[in-house]
Amino acid sequence: MTAFAAARSPGAPRSGPRLRPEILMRRAILTVAMSGVVIAFLSPLAYSAFMSLKTEQQISQPNSPILPSDPRTFDYQGETYDVYYVPMPDGSTRELALVDKGRRESEFIDPANPAAGPITWDGSWRTLSQPWQVAPQWQNYGEVWSAIDFPRLLFNTVALAVIGTIGTVVSCLLVAYGFARFRYPGRGLLFTLLLATIFLPAAVTLIPTYTLFVKLGWVGTWLPLLAPAFFANAYDVFLIRQYLLTIPRDLDEAAAIDGAGPLRILRSVVLPQAWPVIVAVAIFTFVYSWNDFFGPLIYLTGHEDIQPVQVGLSHFNGIYHTKANLIQAGNMMTLLIPVILFAAFQRVFTRGIVITGVEK
Amino acid sequence: MDQLPAIATTPITAPGRWRIGSLRLTPLARREARQGYLFISPWIVGFLAFTALPMIATLAFTFLNLTLTQEDPVRFVGLDNYARLAGDSRVWASLAVTLKFAAIWLPVSIVVPFVLALALNSRFLLGSSIMRTLLFMPYVVPFVAGALIWNGVLGQEGWINTALRFLGWSDPPAWLLDTTFVYPGLALISIWGVGAGVIVNLAGLRGIPTELYEAARMDGAGWWAQLRHVTIPMMSPILFYTLILGVIEVLQYFLVPLVLKNGTGEPGGTTLFYNLNLYQTFFTFQEWSYGATMAWLLFGIALATTLVLFRLSRRYVYYAGER
Repeated sequence: MTAFAAARSPGAPRSGPRLRPEILMRRAILTVAMSGVVIAFLSPLAYSAFMSLKTEQQISQPNSPILPSDPRTFDYQGETYDVYYVPMPDGSTRELALVDKGRRESEFIDPANPAAGPITWDGSWRTLSQPWQVAPQWQNYGEVWSAIDFPRLLFNTVALAVIGTIGTVVSCLLVAYGFARFRYPGRGLLFTLLLATIFLPAAVTLIPTYTLFVKLGWVGTWLPLLAPAFFANAYDVFLIRQYLLTIPRDLDEAAAIDGAGPLRILRSVVLPQAWPVIVAVAIFTFVYSWNDFFGPLIYLTGHEDIQPVQVGLSHFNGIYHTKANLIQAGNMMTLLIPVILFAAFQRVFTRGIVITGVEK
Repeated sequence: MDQLPAIATTPITAPGRWRIGSLRLTPLARREARQGYLFISPWIVGFLAFTALPMIATLAFTFLNLTLTQEDPVRFVGLDNYARLAGDSRVWASLAVTLKFAAIWLPVSIVVPFVLALALNSRFLLGSSIMRTLLFMPYVVPFVAGALIWNGVLGQEGWINTALRFLGWSDPPAWLLDTTFVYPGLALISIWGVGAGVIVNLAGLRGIPTELYEAARMDGAGWWAQLRHVTIPMMSPILFYTLILGVIEVLQYFLVPLVLKNGTGEPGGTTLFYNLNLYQTFFTFQEWSYGATMAWLLFGIALATTLVLFRLSRRYVYYAGER
């Protein structure tokens, strides 16, 4: 603290209280600026949330309000009429309900005083603008829920993500343990080879892999998406290995002296110390799988009942061309689970990456 | 640390059977090797099945005339596919598109997460933890929905243009419909996914020993000097890691234009990315051999770029753990 004060203003008297306003100032500026960034960053989500609550009519209408709204209406003698802003001959503007549309002149009713009877107005009603009132369409959510069998899609997404995550974590832990704790000829070379696969564009292996899955009869099932997860991947093996290298071997060796085999050591000694990185890998894999679009697209097209939300939503896009409101409602519903997951685990999550990062 | 032969230091072996310095492994070392191979065997099997064999197969494809329907009999065509590639203006145009976008996106993809992480890591920031969660949120937005959101936000009458008009730009561009502004527009969409990069950067910042800052302050270093002489050098491995992964990713970029433009390359071919062209060759035109040749060209470019970057990194990247 004192060193800091000295660095900031070398000649200034170092009295504690004189620093306070400066610190408060910095705090305020940085916090306000970052809040602005976060708000700007999230504003498209707000756009999505508003869109999910709008009517299709409002979305297609230019100059409609930002908030989900309906044109104001008025019930008169059992019928519902739209309300318009009507400029009156005396220069004032009144909000009137349009009861009889005509090309040159139209009949209006004053909602404030319906008993006064129709008012005739000269001019084309099409030039008039409408007052809007906020009216969120909550039923959009219900509609999505039933129209594309949302529970089914969500179940598929969750199942794919959970199984894929389990496969990835288990296989990567085993492989990382194999790279971190054992010595054998060719280990360095194999590890380099593993890392090199990160630089391989997916397109290079796509067609033969696809053909293989076709031959195995796996296309149209979850297997092409899930099976590879059980054979480890370079990113996660690397991350876990780096972490395992930071765990001292003393306990491993003590357990080995007590006659524990390598699997037993992994389970009872290494695993309990490796939770942060396991959680980090699990969340990364889960979110990645949750967001995977291309895999399900090429392997599950035409099999609606086993598709995840990602692809399901795009179908939705095709079937109902401009139902952007329903797509966004689906989006809002899909977002919830990964966000909650991240918020809940973010402490452990960042710690897992921090420690691996240090050791790199 | 892991380089030490654990067996040699463990006192549980029968001393008489050690043959240190010999190339042959002791029974214990052999057992350790066997166990090691066993543990990494899932990856070896996966590597052979999903990487090595498919790669060899694709390489073989480039010398054949494979298509999905295969109307002509399969035969060896030598370097025909490569010759066609060299003269295919669509391929080179799409490569130029990818490189143009990369030139805009790569600097952004490194600087933005780094700066955000710096801010989030500052002790002057209140509510850092909630902001971290909020910044990560868009990363988990379903892909198609995200694309549609941005299509709306970046529209002629979208929120971004409303904001720009408010700031005094009376005639803002139509972003994704404009041949000049389409790349900045796509880069804006990509910025939305920086949450993961922010976390990696944040992890790196947390890993910098505080003694270094204390020492720098003793020497009279201000905020800028500390950033320039402590933070950036110490972060260079992380920044380098972000750059390498960014290069690999941007070379394969195509899903957003695929969904937004339905793969048409509109406006005016500016969104016909190399990988989009490649996937269309595979799945739309179903020319497997030619697609495989394009895939190998992409692989070659990715490999060459990363090799050059690794070369350069020796000069610019500082590894604290190195001797």
